[in-house]
Amino acid sequence: MYAFTFHRPQTVRQAASLLAKHEDAKLLAGGQTLLPTMKLRLAGPPQIIDMSLIEGLSGIEQSGRSLTIGAMTRHSDVNTSPVVQQAIPVLAQLAGMIGDPAVRHMGTIGGSIANNDPNADYPAACLGLGATIITNKRRIKADDFFTGMFSTALEPAEIITKVSFPIPKKAAYQKFRNQASRFALVGVFVSKRGGDIRVAVTGAGSNGVFRVSSFEQALKKRFSPKSLEGMTIPADGMNSDIHGSAEYRAHLVGVLARRAVADAIGKPIA
Amino acid sequence: MSATGIGAAVRRKEDHRFIIGTGHYTHDINRPGQAYAYFLRSPHAHAAIKSIDVKAAAQMPGVLTVLTGADLAADKIGNLICGWMIHSKDGTPMKMAPRPALATGKVCHVGDPLAVVIAETLAQARDAAEKIAVDYEVLPAVADPAAAQKKGVDAAFRSTKQVTKLDIVNNRLVPNAIEPRAAIGDYDSGTGSFTLWNTTQNPHVARLVIAAFVCMAPEHKLRVIAPDVGGGFGSKIFIYPEEVRRAMGVQACRAAGEVGGRSFLADAHGRDHVTHAEMAFDADGKILGLRAKTVANLGAYMSTFSSSIPTYLYATLLSGQYEMPQIYCEVDAVYTNTVPVDAYRGAGRPEATFVVERLMEVGAREMAQDPAELRRKNFIRTFPHQTPVIMTYDTGDYGASLKKAMELADRKGFGKRKRESARHGKLRGIGFSSYIEACGIAPSQAVGSLGAGVGLWESAEVRVNPTGSVEILTGSHTHGRGHETTFAQLASERLGIPIDNVSIVHGDTDKVQFGMGTYGSRSGAVGMSALAKALDKIEAKAKKVAAYILEAAEGDIEFKDGKFSAAGMDKSAAWGDVALNAYIAHFSGQELEPGLKEGSFYDPTNFTFPAGVEGRVHDGVAQGVGQPLYEGAVYDEHGQLVTGSFMDYAMPRADHLPSMTVDTTVTRCPSNPLGIKGCGEAGAIAAPPAVINAITDAIGTEELAMPATAQAVWAALQKSNRIAEAA
Repeated sequence: MYAFTFHRPQTVRQAASLLAKHEDAKLLAGGQTLLPTMKLRLAGPPQIIDMSLIEGLSGIEQSGRSLTIGAMTRHSDVNTSPVVQQAIPVLAQLAGMIGDPAVRHMGTIGGSIANNDPNADYPAACLGLGATIITNKRRIKADDFFTGMFSTALEPAEIITKVSFPIPKKAAYQKFRNQASRFALVGVFVSKRGGDIRVAVTGAGSNGVFRVSSFEQALKKRFSPKSLEGMTIPADGMNSDIHGSAEYRAHLVGVLARRAVADAIGKPIA
Repeated sequence: MSATGIGAAVRRKEDHRFIIGTGHYTHDINRPGQAYAYFLRSPHAHAAIKSIDVKAAAQMPGVLTVLTGADLAADKIGNLICGWMIHSKDGTPMKMAPRPALATGKVCHVGDPLAVVIAETLAQARDAAEKIAVDYEVLPAVADPAAAQKKGVDAAFRSTKQVTKLDIVNNRLVPNAIEPRAAIGDYDSGTGSFTLWNTTQNPHVARLVIAAFVCMAPEHKLRVIAPDVGGGFGSKIFIYPEEVRRAMGVQACRAAGEVGGRSFLADAHGRDHVTHAEMAFDADGKILGLRAKTVANLGAYMSTFSSSIPTYLYATLLSGQYEMPQIYCEVDAVYTNTVPVDAYRGAGRPEATFVVERLMEVGAREMAQDPAELRRKNFIRTFPHQTPVIMTYDTGDYGASLKKAMELADRKGFGKRKRESARHGKLRGIGFSSYIEACGIAPSQAVGSLGAGVGLWESAEVRVNPTGSVEILTGSHTHGRGHETTFAQLASERLGIPIDNVSIVHGDTDKVQFGMGTYGSRSGAVGMSALAKALDKIEAKAKKVAAYILEAAEGDIEFKDGKFSAAGMDKSAAWGDVALNAYIAHFSGQELEPGLKEGSFYDPTNFTFPAGVEGRVHDGVAQGVGQPLYEGAVYDEHGQLVTGSFMDYAMPRADHLPSMTVDTTVTRCPSNPLGIKGCGEAGAIAAPPAVINAITDAIGTEELAMPATAQAVWAALQKSNRIAEAA
C-alpha cells in the first residue's frame, strides 16, 4: 500500500465534512474491495475515512411493510438475522452467498451498493425489490441510484446511511457463479409485490445492473416460469470475457430468471 | 508387525505442529537485521531493454542496493541451467538461450525479473522499484505454441480403414502450492559461509546448481535448508532466479528475503501441449499403432528440467496399458513469450494418458464397441513387457483394476441411472481412464543415456542412538507428503520400536548427505528403498553386537519384534541393550567397529509402473478434476496473462469436487526391495480423461476442450444442435 492518513470520525457529519474537505479521500466501510485494491497498488488514496466508529449506521429493523438495514451492517449479520429471515428470506440467503465467511464478516451493504461492482449481488437485490437508498442528504429510489458500471447517483460528500426494502410477497435470487472469483457471472433477482413485478440482473450487463422489462411484462400476466418460456434477451450490451461470452450470459439470464420465478412460487426446478 | 508399522493407521506426526500453527516455514525465519528484496518484473511479453536507470531508486529511503543483470555479469554469476540435454531427430542439441537470474538485454515474458531492490522494509523496496526507469522497446510477442511453429508406423496406418483421429489441447496450469515460494539468504563474513533457506523440494540439488553452475559460492560453503514447505507439486524443484539472488546474501552482508507474491508470473507453469493423435485398429478393435504430433510450449526460457517433460517423460508413456505394436511420436518443443513450463504433478504423464485414453474412448464409440471391453481386449497380459517407447513394464494386472473399478462404479446399473436422469431433463455419461505411469524415475544409467545431467538414486542414513532411539537422515524431502510418519513407520516395522522413537531429518544440506529430493513419486519407491537398504545394514550389524552380548554365534541370531534371540538358547537381548552396547563397545577389536549407523545410496533397477483405473490420493484427484473442469491459464495474443490471479484462475475448492470412492489392487513391484510403487501423481494423471470421457459421453459430441466449464459444455451442445435447457 501507499501511505495514507487514517481518519476515524465519530459522526456522519464529521465524515461528510472530511469528504468535502479532501477531494481524493475514500470512505472505508468493510474494505473488501478497497483494501485489496490498495494492496495491489492499483489505488492509493491519500486519505481514508473509516466509518466503523460512527454510531447508528448498523442495525436491522422491520416496521410495517418495510425492512431497513443500516449501511454498515455486515453481510454475515444480514444472513443470520431472524428479522431478515422472517421478513425477506431471500435477502438473508443472498447475503450468505457473498464471498466467503471472512469477507462476510467485514463487507457491508452500504459499501457494496456504493461501489456498484457489475458482478455484485446487493445491487440486484435493491433493484429487484425496489429499495430506497437513504443518504445523509436525501432518499434515492433504486431505479435512479445505479447509473452504470461502478457508478451511482451519489454526489460528492454524500454518504449512504441506510437501505430500506419494501417487503415483497414473493421473491427469489439465482446466482450463477464465476468459478474462480465466486462473484455472480450472472445473477437474477425477481420479486412480486401486488402488481409490481421486478426482474433485476447483475453480472451480465456491460452497464451494470439492469431490469428486464420484457420479462416483467410477461410475468405480470402470470407469475410463473412458464410465462418466460422461450424468452431471451439480446446479447448486445452484455459483458464478454473468458468466463462468459455475451451470448452465454444472455442465455443464462433466461435460464436463471425461470429458475428464480420457480423458487419464488415455491416450486423449484430440480 | 509392530503397532505403528507399515499398514498401521496412525496419526501423522507432523500434523500437530501444522494444525496448531507452530510449523516453521521459510517466511517464519527472521534473521537479525534482515533486509527485504523486491523484484522488478517485466510488464511486457517481449521487449528489448534499451536502458535501465536505477540511480533514483538507489537513493530512496531504506534502500541498501539495487541490482541488475549487469551487476550479476560483472560478478561473474553463472546462468540458470537445464539439467537434461535433449537432441533433435537430426542429432543437433536442443537450442537453449542463456538465462541469467536477472534479464539482460531483453525480457521474454510478462513477469520476467530484470532488477531487484534490497531495502530495510518490503514497502521501501517496493517504493524504490517503482522509481527504476526502464526504457523498453516492445517487440512482437508469441503466446500460442501452435503459432510458434508448425510427419514404420505409417504402414500400420495404411493397412486399415479404422483410424481414430483427435486434436487435443492439454491446457496450461498454474501449480498454486498453498505456500508461495520464499527464500532468505544469509552471509557470515567471519566464516565466508552462505546459508539459504528456501522452499525447495530438493535442497542438495539446489545447492549443487547454485554452487557449481551459478557460481555463487563453493559448495562446501553453502548451506541450503528447506524447512517446513507447504506443497510443491513440482513447482519447487527448479532453481529460480529469485533464489540465486538470495543465495548471494547481500553485498551489504545482510540477510535478504523475498516471499513470492506473484506466483502466477514467477513460478513455472505446467502442461500446455497441442497434439494431433491417431490410433489405428484392426477389424476386431486390436490396436495396430499410435502416432502423435505434439507441439509443447516451453515458455520463454528452458527451466531446470523442462526439456525432459514433453519428451522423455511424455512419449515413453504412450503405450498406456495396451499392446501396441507401433508407436510414433514427434514433439516440437517451442519457445513462446510466456512463463517457463516445467514439471507439474504428473510431468508429461498426464499429457500422455490424456491422449491414449481419449483415443481409446473415441475409438470405442466409432467402432460401436464397449469402451471397457475395447480396453480389456488390448491390455498387456504378459510381463515383463517391452513397449515400443523405451519402457519395459515389469508387472501389472490391468484386468483386475478394471474389473474392480467397474464393480465400485456399478457400471451395470448405469443404463438405469441414465434413464432416470433423462426423466429429470439431465444428461448423464460415464467415462473411463486406464492409466499407467512411470514413477521413481530410474535407474541413473538409463536416464543418463537419455541426456539427464543427474543420477536419480536416493540416499538414507540411519543413526541409532545409544538410548535406542533412531534418526533417519533422508535425501527425500517432505513438503506435505507425510514422510515424517511413513518413513518412521518403516523403521518402526523393521526395528520393532514405536514411531515416536523415530525422527526423520531432512531438508538441511549440513545435516543430510546428498539426496536428489522429492518429485516424480519417488520417495516411496526410491527414498524408502534407500531406507530399507540402510535398515538391512543396521540389522546386520546389530546382530553382530547381539551375538557378542548373548555369547552366541552370529549366524544363530534372530531378530524379531525388536528382540534379538539366539536359536536354541533361552536368552534374548532387547533393541535398547544392543544399541547401548554398540556404543559402549566393550567388544571392540579388529572385527567390529563401535557405533550403529549405516547409510545407503540406492539406485533402483527400473521405474515403477503403478497403474489402475483410479488413483490413490484424494488431493491428486482434486488436481485431476481441476484441470478438466475448472483450471486453465490463459494468455492473450500480446502475451499478457489474462488469468493472473485467483479472481480469474479457478482454483478448485472442496465444494468443486465430487465425492470419491478409492480402492486398490496390488501387484508388487519387482524392482525395489519394498515392492512398492509411486502414487503421488496418480489422481492428477488418471482423472482428466475419465472426466472428459464422461462428459462427452453425456453430451454426445467430442468437440470439448479443457476446462469443460458450463459455458464450454453449453457451446458444445449448441454447436452439435443438442439444445438443452441446462445452463
